[in-house]
Amino acid sequence: MKTSRMLLALTLAAPLSVFAADEDRSAEEIAKYREMISDGNPAELDEMRGEEVWKTPAGSNKATLEKCDLGKGPGVVKGAYAELPRYFPDTKRVQDLESRLLTCMTTLQGIPEADIVKAPFSTEKKKSDIEAVVAYVAGQSRGMKMAVSLKHPKAKEAYEIGKRIFYYRAGPYDFACATCHSENGRRIRLQDLPNLTTNIGAQRTYTVWPAYRVSQGLFRSFQWRLNDCFRQQRFPEPVYGSELTVALTMFLAANANDAKYDGPGLKR
Amino acid sequence: MGSPMKIRAAVKDGVTEVKVLMQHDMETGLRKDAAGAVIPAWFITELTAKHNGRVVLEAQFGTAVSKNPYLVFRFKGGAKGDKVTVSWKDNKDDSRSDEVEIAEKA
Repeated sequence: MKTSRMLLALTLAAPLSVFAADEDRSAEEIAKYREMISDGNPAELDEMRGEEVWKTPAGSNKATLEKCDLGKGPGVVKGAYAELPRYFPDTKRVQDLESRLLTCMTTLQGIPEADIVKAPFSTEKKKSDIEAVVAYVAGQSRGMKMAVSLKHPKAKEAYEIGKRIFYYRAGPYDFACATCHSENGRRIRLQDLPNLTTNIGAQRTYTVWPAYRVSQGLFRSFQWRLNDCFRQQRFPEPVYGSELTVALTMFLAANANDAKYDGPGLKR
Repeated sequence: MGSPMKIRAAVKDGVTEVKVLMQHDMETGLRKDAAGAVIPAWFITELTAKHNGRVVLEAQFGTAVSKNPYLVFRFKGGAKGDKVTVSWKDNKDDSRSDEVEIAEKA
């Protein structure tokens, strides 16, 4: 009787420990795989294209984006992404990279905002110009320290709104961003879910977006990432560059402060 | 004409390492679109790499190569400032050629 109970205990314990070891090993293997493919990140091709778009006259004004002020002065791209979102005195609001590019494209180039907002993301058939510019600008902050300022009251306000959105439960599934992203060690299928309420979690995630998605064969911007999170929660998808998306970006970006920006990244 | 490649070439101890990132859809001809129609095959068939005009690598590609192919190879010789040219041709008779100067490897 005693032996059989011990046997039972053993058989119960064994698969569990094997499972844990397997999990460690697969995490290790995934890390190895990531390292192998990190060298030839196709996002670099989008960076190249984005630089072209940046320097090519477009819109009714036949102007380039080279005078676009991303917060460090007109035309300064180097390091701009590591400090975004930020408060812009000319538009009197907090803007992330993409809503700022919208401002530049409408004011400098004269492209109607509605034209950009209706299809801001790449599809297999048509690549988005604004997403390519995102790749270019983000790439120019590679290796720099994330330094998003909350000094301006509007910036602080955006952060607080973003936090509220992060924890706001709604929709048919009564979901919030926090449902999946506020605990350590969670995952969906094989994907580890970062805990975005911690600095380390936010840093690891925010610093590798925007990213090239291997499974989609396309480069994806941060606005796209948020859009897809909303879709997965069965929320209505937010308007491109809207105050809501900027506020949520602000919350995540500021939580990632002090980390080295390492994007554009490469995702499964 | 195809989209530009991203090429890096660096020499160390007499061996040059070339890294090429190509932009190409590399359709296999086996996929179908949303309407169920076959997406025609479209892929790189030949690739040639030259060092100062001398062929150092010739390759035949097929449909098994991924979208946006990434290729790394090494050849003996090459000095800082030398030219490396990579060109490809695809089955729609499109082609692309890009050139870089060899850098010193850190």
